[in-house]
Amino acid sequence: MTHQFPALSPEQKKALSDIAQRIVASGKGILAADESVGTMGNRLQRINVENTEENRRAFREILFSSDASINQSIGGVILFHETLYQKDSNGKPFPALIKEKGIVVGIKLDKGTAPLAGTNGETTIQGLDGLAERCAQYKKDGADFGKWRAVLKITSTTPSQLAIQENANTLARYASICQQNGLVPIVEPEILPDGDHDLQRCQYVTEKVLAAVYKALNDHHVYLEGTLLKPNMVMAGHSCPKKYTAQDVAIATVTTLLRTVPAAVPGICFLSGGQSEEEASVNLNAMNQLSLPKPWKLTFSYGRALQASALAAWVGKNENRKAAQEAFRKRAQINGLACRGQYVVAGKTDTAATQSLFTASYTY
Amino acid sequence: MTHQYPALTAEQKKELSDIALRIVAPGKGILAADESVGSMAKRLNQIGVENTEENRRLYRQILFSADSRVKKCIGGVIFFHETMYQKADDGTPFVQMIKDKGIVVGIKVDKGVVPLAGTDGETTTQGLDGLSERCAQYKKDGADFAKWRCVLKISDNTPSALAIMENANVLARYASICQQNGIVPIVEPEILPDGDHDLKRCQYVTEKVLAAVYKALSDHHVYLEGTLLKPNMVTPGHSCPTKYSPEEIAMATVTALRRTVPPAVPGVTFLSGGQSEEEASINLNAINTCPLMRPWALTFSYGRALQASALSAWRGQQDNATAATEEFVKRAEVNGLAALGKYEGSGDDSGAAGQSLYVANHAY
Repeated sequence: MTHQFPALSPEQKKALSDIAQRIVASGKGILAADESVGTMGNRLQRINVENTEENRRAFREILFSSDASINQSIGGVILFHETLYQKDSNGKPFPALIKEKGIVVGIKLDKGTAPLAGTNGETTIQGLDGLAERCAQYKKDGADFGKWRAVLKITSTTPSQLAIQENANTLARYASICQQNGLVPIVEPEILPDGDHDLQRCQYVTEKVLAAVYKALNDHHVYLEGTLLKPNMVMAGHSCPKKYTAQDVAIATVTTLLRTVPAAVPGICFLSGGQSEEEASVNLNAMNQLSLPKPWKLTFSYGRALQASALAAWVGKNENRKAAQEAFRKRAQINGLACRGQYVVAGKTDTAATQSLFTASYTY
Repeated sequence: MTHQYPALTAEQKKELSDIALRIVAPGKGILAADESVGSMAKRLNQIGVENTEENRRLYRQILFSADSRVKKCIGGVIFFHETMYQKADDGTPFVQMIKDKGIVVGIKVDKGVVPLAGTDGETTTQGLDGLSERCAQYKKDGADFAKWRCVLKISDNTPSALAIMENANVLARYASICQQNGIVPIVEPEILPDGDHDLKRCQYVTEKVLAAVYKALSDHHVYLEGTLLKPNMVTPGHSCPTKYSPEEIAMATVTALRRTVPPAVPGVTFLSGGQSEEEASINLNAINTCPLMRPWALTFSYGRALQASALSAWRGQQDNATAATEEFVKRAEVNGLAALGKYEGSGDDSGAAGQSLYVANHAY
């Protein structure tokens, strides 16, 4: 801790910072279209479409060939390896198709979970081997940011100290390697919503996890201004009997972030987890309406919450392409509004009514 | 890390948060008048005054007799133990004089540095024994905040990992105990300005130290909204040959804080270290006009930088008391302006000329 051996030059820092700022520019978020082959299988099965490479390509083409005006709501797209090298029906590579709309291309970099022996079913993430070389290649092939998803879960015995520390450490190694290769690392420490725990428990765990993540990033000399955070929102577990409002979620989430995420981080792009499209938009909107000071952008990095309607409209049929694209465009636009706290939910009371639900943050 | 056992009730949290916000209300800072008997000896020696309890009482009386002008710029005063129980000539307890001006009373609670064996002259700070009982008593006697100073130094081998970790841990224990007794802890991890290191080195070390401090505070379940931070500004060492502008110092300082201090912390009250009165004010002003987003109040907790002129105006002569008080009020008002970024200096470069000296932050 005595001397600095700079990890990045000022030029490298500026390049990373500029990329991060472009992704989360006002009102923009991320389309997480990086479902692995297996995960795409789940999605396609639900609409009775066969999980072939062509079908995966066709669906992604629907999303990426949206009108350029989608760039008002979408600042970045995360791709799976296979997709980075696919082309549209005219032979144009997907990265080019995305970039010409002024949207930044990202790439999923992790190689899935691996068990942590001696724990209650906890995991770490693999993917560090040869990561520098992979990053360099992806950078050449059009990517400017990476994504790596670590997973933690809440039970009576988890997350354990080991799981928190090990996942924070691998996230920091990944982030460091990305930056060395000109890629902005999105740091994703997802705490699963599975379980019957309440909102307070999720908040407590999220605070501990994020504190560990930022200590690890500091230890590994990661340049925070050139990173993004992709956390879970703070919510009760799926089977929690108690119900909470969007304002409860918003206050608990923003309080957690204020206690753990340094102001130098340019943007926080929430994952949608198991939320419906509408829930994910309403919750994001509530956060951006809070009068608590927020030194980082609060935006989205949604997969299912941006694509569910589009998938359901498509059902694998070519003639449904326009309808599917429109469904995606609508969700993108709504989430763009939610980033600004301007999403007016049809049928809901106005802000005056919702104001009274704000409890002072000190109770959290 | 699995379950929360709340350290504080909602009411306790609110009380702590309210105290902290009162101390760092816009335009206000702290008078550090907590010099130990030994430190006062040095101050009084410099003006040829004997270090007696009566002289120490007379001197603090000069400061505490300041008129209502100080209400706008002083939010808190830190006392030494002896001073807490002293009175003015007319029998009014000092604690009451301060409270009657609407200023919060604080108390130094550490018991000085002790060596860390096996290090290059590094130290930790003692004072945890019976601290809870002492805090409870001070709270009854009128104190609402406390201060604990840890010391680190920059050299070829320091600060070591042990010194950083041990001082961060002891600060967190102190903070936790304070909060249990209704006292807002000011957390002071001072990195001494001694040495010939440059600005970058100080920034690097400050970032490492502060990251460790906030990880320790998280580990010890400290409620950040009910704390204040008292760090060094990021400056070159005293014997560094390179000179830096206030804007460079401001940019390095604010960058370091943005990377490490969670936005939940309500205020950062800088120590003045070895800076002159004017230097400390100019630098604080530059910090408050820095073009980076600052989510916490950035103000002062000055000892020498508020009292130097008052001391030399007094020289132990009763006839000089009023003039000495006036010197103190003047410095207090100047620093109140600096805390708002509105201090134009004692006649040198105006704000406009200063602005152009800010180097883009990715260079830090």
